[in-house]
Amino acid sequence: MNVFRALLAGTLLCIPSAQGAELRIGLAADVTSMDPHFLNFAPNVNIGWHVFDALTHVDEDARLIPGLAVSWRALDATTWEFKLRRGVRFHDGSELTAEDVVFSIERTLEVPNGQFRIFTRRIVGKESPDPYTLRLKTATPYAMVPYDLNSVFVVSKRAAARARPEDFDSGKAMIGTGPFRFLRFSRGDRVELAKNERYWGGAPPWDKVTFRIVPTDPARLAGLLSGDLDLIEQVPTADLQRIRRDARLATAQKVSWRTIFFHLDQRRDGGPFHDLRVRRALSKAIDRQAIAERLMDGAAIPASNLVSPPVFGYAPDLKPEAFDPEGARRLLAEAGYPDGFAMTLSAPNNRYVNDEQIAQAVAQMLARAGIRVRVETFPLNVYLTKGAKGEFAFAMLGWGSFSGDLALRALVATPDPSKGFGAFNWSGYSSARVDELLERAFASVDDKRREEIAREAMRAAMRDYAVIPLHHQVTTWATRKPLAYAPRTDEFTFAHHVRAK
Amino acid sequence: MLAYVARRIVQSLAVLAIMSLLVFAGVYAIGNPIDILVNPQSDQSEIARATAALGLDRPLAEQYFVFLARAATGDLGNSFAFNVPAIGLILERMPATLELATAAMLIALALGIPLGLWAGIAPRSVAGRMIAAGSILGFSLPTFWVGLMLIMVFSVWLGWLPTSGRGPTTSIAGIPVSFLSIEGLRHLVLPAANLALFNLSLIARLTRSGAREAMQQDYVRFARAKGLSERRVVGVHVLKNVLVPVATVAGVEFGSVIAFAVVTESIFAWPGMGKLLIDSINVLDRPVIVGYLCIVVALFVAINLAVDLLVSWLDPRVRLGAER
Repeated sequence: MNVFRALLAGTLLCIPSAQGAELRIGLAADVTSMDPHFLNFAPNVNIGWHVFDALTHVDEDARLIPGLAVSWRALDATTWEFKLRRGVRFHDGSELTAEDVVFSIERTLEVPNGQFRIFTRRIVGKESPDPYTLRLKTATPYAMVPYDLNSVFVVSKRAAARARPEDFDSGKAMIGTGPFRFLRFSRGDRVELAKNERYWGGAPPWDKVTFRIVPTDPARLAGLLSGDLDLIEQVPTADLQRIRRDARLATAQKVSWRTIFFHLDQRRDGGPFHDLRVRRALSKAIDRQAIAERLMDGAAIPASNLVSPPVFGYAPDLKPEAFDPEGARRLLAEAGYPDGFAMTLSAPNNRYVNDEQIAQAVAQMLARAGIRVRVETFPLNVYLTKGAKGEFAFAMLGWGSFSGDLALRALVATPDPSKGFGAFNWSGYSSARVDELLERAFASVDDKRREEIAREAMRAAMRDYAVIPLHHQVTTWATRKPLAYAPRTDEFTFAHHVRAK
Repeated sequence: MLAYVARRIVQSLAVLAIMSLLVFAGVYAIGNPIDILVNPQSDQSEIARATAALGLDRPLAEQYFVFLARAATGDLGNSFAFNVPAIGLILERMPATLELATAAMLIALALGIPLGLWAGIAPRSVAGRMIAAGSILGFSLPTFWVGLMLIMVFSVWLGWLPTSGRGPTTSIAGIPVSFLSIEGLRHLVLPAANLALFNLSLIARLTRSGAREAMQQDYVRFARAKGLSERRVVGVHVLKNVLVPVATVAGVEFGSVIAFAVVTESIFAWPGMGKLLIDSINVLDRPVIVGYLCIVVALFVAINLAVDLLVSWLDPRVRLGAER
């Protein structure tokens, strides 16, 4: 028996088509639906990227690259032209044309309770002079069209016309152009995919991919250790040391687009956070390096921006605030709080990596600067509603954005429903200069110029301590050797990016 | 008998109505589902639109009456997170949980009753003491920890069994089950054992104390004096008396195992409905939470009814719904 096993292992190692085998991936969160235009929820989108493509893709640094469109440009301030890739075929053999793209854009607006309409509702006109050209018009100058279309999966008009979410779950309408064909979705359990030999980006190295849904951290790790799984995502920081010591396993890490920061309530009159010196003092009192190294086991990078380094609109000249408890005390004294003050720090306890422990650590650091902090944590479902109602004084939040100006628009722009500004501005921060820069950024269709303005807005908001950035999370994947994963800033786990070294 | 069953059903409808009101108010008090479900990139107008689309902008009382009117026609609404009917979602996941719970209860009964009898008949023997001590351990160890240990030992170290998930399923009358294939059984063993442990211990202890008490009774002495074999004394006369409390407890526990298998389901990534409930609470998916609890209440009512009928059969002194 043992001889047989050794022989078998030997042959498997010798045949290079160990690559042609099955790949089993352990996902950390439940996939709720196959419908690519329903819930904009990372696990669902992750599967979507295997079966479908979008006009634009993003690379591992979250920068825009060509997808089903080979090029795009702004014809004028309100018209975008996309040139489609020729000869791309759907899994059923039919060819992709502009008609499918138009259908997909329209479908996002029609799906009941669909969450992708925010990416398409600004498009007021669609025309295609030929099957490989698509012109999209917006009512006002709007720079984000190519970015927004990164979130719109292109489905086959023939297969998805009048399809309901159930038709995607069953596979009937799951016809895309992506690197894998859909085989089976078993809710709460697994998703099975098979190789698309004719993928325009080159056939992926795996004949079959099984995504298993294993939300419990230790169970996911056990699956990897026992060989039930080949790759797992979201490796808990507590297990990093152990995995690194195991010669059978390899890890891949990359800074995530998720930035953790604190909102400070500036709405109530007479509150201490109206004073810039106080906001600055709190920022100085936090030892970001210690949190990143010890509490996060290195899986975090101290932050100076509201977006992480690879992301569009990151201002590289801003440096993380140096830890300076003495300086913090001095600033507080200058601002009229020589003995500090008392406040409550609020944080979720089931959302971000080590969120509750971070809250405790920050509270102790602030205590050293003389601020008496009471920590209260909530599960996310309670937390978000309280935050939206403005019940918090000093509150932790995490944010992932495609670009700096989008993050600023949601988090620090003066709340204004008519413009869509400040939807998550729990601080009540308001700065005319930041608002004005943001308006200019969104109206600018020239990417270079827009990034410059976005950086300027980031600098203005950060130098004013509109919020206090803490760190950028680092995401960790673990594989069984010889497999290796090319890690991504957007945290997605792509089977076609797994290679046997 | 029929009147008794009818009365129970009317009672349970009242329970359902009260429960749905409590859940409705409870979810409302926790938070607004939109705050979690909405995409972070959304702006205020999008949030308002999504709130209106789910009817969450109306007063709570109105939302509840709309729900009641629809529920009367059998429609509990669409899940906020899955966009499919809540009841369908729950029923789709129910076979996996029922299979796991049934397997766990079978293990618990098949091992618990014999072990308990043994310990009850020979309480001072080494085996009897070990069973008694082991059962204390069995229901005091946390399920979560035991599950992880089972995975560590049997999957990671020994490599005998898969770490998690449900094996391939075969369809019987449209219901997918996994116990018909070797691979499916291999996936079922660990989670079922994990879920069974608590009840196994409980049933062993109940049987043990029941047997110890019964052994002192006059009827046992008479049976022995009559010259009946020990096997017949224990296997028929003692067992039948011991089974009355065991059946009652096992029935109630079966309900709990179905309704709250969530810890085991989470650890072993078992795609059952317990996990669905926790996920739904996390995103405040009210239609699923209400639907789930309605189904659980209905299950408990059905199981209790079945237990009552069983007990009256086991113990002829019990008469159902007897007028006094």
